[in-house]
Amino acid sequence: MSVLALDQVTYTYPGAVAPAIADVTLEIGPGELVVLAGASGSGKSTLLRAANGLAPHFYGGVFQGRATVAGMDTRDHGPGALAAAVGTLFQDPETQVVMGTVRAELALPLENQGETPAAVARAVEEAALALGIAHLLDRPTAELSGGELQRVALGAALAGRPKLILLDEPTSQLDPVAGDELIALLRRLNEDFDAAIVIAEHRLERCLAFADRAIAMRGGRVVCDAAPAEFLAWACESAPELATPGAKLLAGLGLEPVAGVKAARAALRSRGMLPDTGAPEVEHNRRRRSGPKAALRFERVWHEIDRGPVVLRGVSLEIATGERVALMGRNGAGKSTLLRHAAGLMRPTRGRVQSSGRVALLLQNPADYLVHEHVRLEASASALATVGLGDPAVRERHPRDLSGGEKQRLALAIVLDDPDRQTAVVCLDEPTRGMDRRRKDDLAALLCELEAGVLVATHDPEFVAAFAQRVVLLADGTPIADGSPREVLVGGTYFATETARILGGAGGALRPDEGVAFVSGAGAEVGA
Amino acid sequence: MIYRRRASPLHAARAGVGCAYCAALALAVLLLSAPILLGALVISIAGAAVFAGVGREIRRAALFALPLGLLVMAVNMLVAQGGLTVIARLGDLPVFGQTDVTLEATVYGAVLGVRAVALILCGALYTAAVDPDEVLALFRRFSFHSALTATLATRMVPVLARDARRLADAQRCRPGPPPSRARLMRATTSGVLDRALDVAAALEVRGYGAARRQGRRGRVRKPWSRHDLAFAASAAGLVALAIGVRLAGLAPFTSDPSLHAPVRAGGVAAAVAIVLCALLPFADRRGIER
Repeated sequence: MSVLALDQVTYTYPGAVAPAIADVTLEIGPGELVVLAGASGSGKSTLLRAANGLAPHFYGGVFQGRATVAGMDTRDHGPGALAAAVGTLFQDPETQVVMGTVRAELALPLENQGETPAAVARAVEEAALALGIAHLLDRPTAELSGGELQRVALGAALAGRPKLILLDEPTSQLDPVAGDELIALLRRLNEDFDAAIVIAEHRLERCLAFADRAIAMRGGRVVCDAAPAEFLAWACESAPELATPGAKLLAGLGLEPVAGVKAARAALRSRGMLPDTGAPEVEHNRRRRSGPKAALRFERVWHEIDRGPVVLRGVSLEIATGERVALMGRNGAGKSTLLRHAAGLMRPTRGRVQSSGRVALLLQNPADYLVHEHVRLEASASALATVGLGDPAVRERHPRDLSGGEKQRLALAIVLDDPDRQTAVVCLDEPTRGMDRRRKDDLAALLCELEAGVLVATHDPEFVAAFAQRVVLLADGTPIADGSPREVLVGGTYFATETARILGGAGGALRPDEGVAFVSGAGAEVGA
Repeated sequence: MIYRRRASPLHAARAGVGCAYCAALALAVLLLSAPILLGALVISIAGAAVFAGVGREIRRAALFALPLGLLVMAVNMLVAQGGLTVIARLGDLPVFGQTDVTLEATVYGAVLGVRAVALILCGALYTAAVDPDEVLALFRRFSFHSALTATLATRMVPVLARDARRLADAQRCRPGPPPSRARLMRATTSGVLDRALDVAAALEVRGYGAARRQGRRGRVRKPWSRHDLAFAASAAGLVALAIGVRLAGLAPFTSDPSLHAPVRAGGVAAAVAIVLCALLPFADRRGIER
């Protein structure tokens, strides 16, 4: 018997002219781990909402067809009743943890189900141990990091031992380390418990390797439902934006795509195509000076928090006009703080920041910049045209009705739109969080067109490989590596693209096309 | 200010007892007006905060409360016309009319100000040292949804404060003149509504909409710890002392028509007893970590 069965489900949000999902039929069996793929707006989240009863019970709208969860028809059972069988985890950890302490948070769903305190106490202990958060039980939730909060929210979803767990881009708001930890945890839970897991995710390379199935959605319809390898073959052919870099590399070499770095290396090795040369020797941490025409210059910048830690330790860095620089490093390395110093939102406790013009800063949440009722009121026509929002129809829309990618471009137009001062450098803080691959490519292309210098704090090596000319790696507030993407990104495992990890850094190839060129024999020309 | 579990006897006591202890201190502040006794209560509250490891939080609350205390004192000085000892003639003031400041009104205003500050400190001690989730679990037996709403409101304060800081930073990054306050308010409201919708959806999938009252079956009876007993006894002792001292008139205090606050042995003994009663439970530091 299936845990989740959708039979010709069509759902339209209130006021919408077209259905968000249309004619969806699928079944998920017990213990299956299913990855839901698709671009933003393809209907992934709506499908999950149909499965947990939020659609239509919470959002309203028109629901057609039939959805059953653990034998319960979602038309007859609302999300509250379904909660005993379905656990759900959303994107934003901040808004789904509602109690003051972790213990109370884990207990809440069980208390809602009317469980006895003894049963609640036992389930809380078990969920905490399963997720490795027992040490957090008495901590206030307000003090937890994003990754810890998401684990706690997952614990709350698991505490009632549901038969089905739905995860809607659970790693999109997390840094890659926390994201990888969460995915690894899911994998272990899927093996230990018999719960079926459905996870909607943009970074498919993270979870396809251990998935049983992948379902692709486009325009609200299921367009592919297959095992991961078959899904990747289909994606390389019909939906390149869903193909992982590893799959593109293998497909480019004429091999059947497989999921995961290990499988891809095995496939290459079996054909004698895996280069045995390691990563090229690189000279890290050499200080680069762009001469007197630096657009932005940090001179021995320190940021020391009163009665707190040192965030920046004498950072000296220069960005030339038109140079595109990626700032990488783990959470807390000082990336965001450095950008805030660049834009003048913070003042160094020692050292100084100089720029040849205005420094524009786009923070992580583009919606924070939007205050008007029409796009045209937010920025000038020329600024909107620069970011590709010059269409008159778009200019008349309400900014909050734009898609995530459009909101980000609009926010970029806002910070660039200063007729009085020339923008010397544009800084962006984690601009690809929660973005699908196509939107990332669009953003990379847009950044490459800007005349100003670009400084982007990011955890995303694939994005860095697409736009950056130079990478600065920060650790504990100090640059520890400064070089071209090829120099910095090929040698490691964490700060490396999937192509570089598959090829072991050979030839300095970062992108699939570079990897194909290298393995095919044109390696000498690879790398910028 | 948020609750954070610390290794202290007060944190180790159950929430109901912690609540009763803070309430007893507050009740004593309301019942007693003699300066010597109020001083003893302020010392007790400050000592409890220090021994509970929340001295810094209480000091911050005191800095916030002090201007309020001074304001209460100043208003009483200007409004209360009782007392025989005039210390300043301010003449005919708008609203207040003919105003004479008397020593008695000033001292009584100071007493009121100290009371206000002490009550705020009791609230701060409660906030910093009593687990709010445990307290709400007590109230949940009577009204589950109201208790959860209160928890949510508490939980969302720091989230919305962070949102506000983020929004302010984003607006500082906008070139040109800043948007009007009305526009900002509208944008902030939209953000808050988005947050509210997300939280409501999260609550729905946690089964909030179908919440059922917990049955008595299988209820875990938590045994009373040494700290539960000590603070419960302390709370009862404080209430008994406050009522007893007031009924017995051990520390008389009047301010109209003239100041009368004699320091007698009984009053001093009562002050010492209050401090000892409030702080003795902190002497036993066994089993305070969780």
